[in-house]
Amino acid sequence: MEEKAIICKGLTKQFGDFVAVNKISFEVNTGEIFGFLGANGAGKTTAMRMLCGLSFPSSGEATVAGFNVYKQQEKIKRNIGYMSQKFSLYENLSILENIEFFGGIYGLSDKQLKEKGEELVDTLGLQKEAKKMVGELPLGWKQKLAFSVAIIHKPKIVFLDEPTGGVDPITRRQFWDLIYKAADDGITVFVTTHYMDEAEYCNRISIMVDGRIDALDSPANLKKQFSAETMNEVFYELARGAKRSDN
Amino acid sequence: MSAISIEHITKTYDKGTVTALNDISLEVAKGELFGLIGPDGAGKSSLFRILTTLLIADTGTATVDGFDVVKDYKQIRSCVGYMPGKFSLYQDLTVEENLTFFASLFGTTISENYDLIKDIYVQIEPFKTKRAGKLSGGMKQKLALCCALIHKPTVLFLDEPTTGVDAVSRKEFWEMLKRLKEQQITIMVSTPYMDEANLCERIALIQNGQLLSVDTPDKIVASYPQQLYAVKAHNMHKILNDVRGYENLQSVYAFGEYLHTTFKNDEAQSESQLKAYLQQQNNSGIEIKKIQPTIEDSFIRLMSEKS
Repeated sequence: MEEKAIICKGLTKQFGDFVAVNKISFEVNTGEIFGFLGANGAGKTTAMRMLCGLSFPSSGEATVAGFNVYKQQEKIKRNIGYMSQKFSLYENLSILENIEFFGGIYGLSDKQLKEKGEELVDTLGLQKEAKKMVGELPLGWKQKLAFSVAIIHKPKIVFLDEPTGGVDPITRRQFWDLIYKAADDGITVFVTTHYMDEAEYCNRISIMVDGRIDALDSPANLKKQFSAETMNEVFYELARGAKRSDN
Repeated sequence: MSAISIEHITKTYDKGTVTALNDISLEVAKGELFGLIGPDGAGKSSLFRILTTLLIADTGTATVDGFDVVKDYKQIRSCVGYMPGKFSLYQDLTVEENLTFFASLFGTTISENYDLIKDIYVQIEPFKTKRAGKLSGGMKQKLALCCALIHKPTVLFLDEPTTGVDAVSRKEFWEMLKRLKEQQITIMVSTPYMDEANLCERIALIQNGQLLSVDTPDKIVASYPQQLYAVKAHNMHKILNDVRGYENLQSVYAFGEYLHTTFKNDEAQSESQLKAYLQQQNNSGIEIKKIQPTIEDSFIRLMSEKS
């Protein structure tokens, strides 16, 4: 397995005159939990879309799971998992049907699907609900299920876009237990969040401001660097200078 | 007279199978900045919709500014301001057109109540000829607040105004609310961010349609029944797993750079015993200290007691 899950050099995305992502460079280690923070409109989503093989960069280089973001987008998609804040499982399918559907898309065999389905339902304690429509589940369970489905094919990297927005404080922590477990299993985790306490759970974090990465280090080092008590202060210090704001 | 009075409100959906609000009662005083704190699905929006006369409760009664939410809905609609969780202005109208539209709906003009919105409006005024749909998230939020204020409401309802908004914009928004409070407007605001609770005068913690607690943030935190400890080590993931196997702990969960925990039997030597155990498990850089709980700690505790 390669050392680096993501390598990014001068990655840029321009829409007309607007430079959404401005020459960002960073590396994410295999098995790392990497927090990708930034103010609204800083360019996080645009950057993530390029890394997921959904959008071509304007310039710069990047490889994700060893694949080139210009030439090997389909290979990237097959080797990553993705979960957004907006719930993306099929509400009118049961838990097991969703697993079968998404696992099937990623090429799992019938045998694997059956095993995975049972394993996942066990881990999440959803035995009683396995045949229920996903739409009937409480939000917290939905998000845990969506995460488990996003890594059902054991991707090398999983991208999580604000996975815990609006979730209750207990479920939010259970969700992070799942993230830790995935990282233990060797899956690299690339995560965005607006909860600054969650930034502390990451090995390293980057903070984007106006299309640039203005800080990148472990939470402890960033706090030292900015003489701040909390990550909230670090974030505020960096982001308040931002000229852009958008969703 | 209270600005908002809620008595035994219950609301169910889907023929009674889903309970959104379960026997809710609370009072909000005139001029108070009151926070409704709870996760998605707690029932916050249902309560807002009942109080703004957009939804009728199954049972119970409520008044806003002394008006009954069912009988006097017309009076309530003209005296409250409501900013729903979802952006609901006209995307195809410009900033100025939206504001003019809402002002004329309420029989007023922008200039008549300009003082009230001035602080906020100056920030979006440079874009007044831009269509609302083309505004950034933060700007949309400011415009929506202006539109909810333009008729000088006595009570302002803000449903999750800061959800999905970054830490900087959130801070700015709360500063705007503080200034509005000085104008004697009663404000009921909901948020899923526990750290925003401290910015309210009084709060209700709400989960699964039930109130867990209603009080000032200070009093809620002060009523935490046990000593809370923060624990830290170099490898936080390892320590979290190790600590979970320790007998004398009642609750333990991650909290930023620390774990928060309470002992089953909190005795003089509990702290040093835990430390010894963690050292035995090969943790390094161990730090254990007594701390004051936050609203989030209280919420977690009250939530676990309920379930």
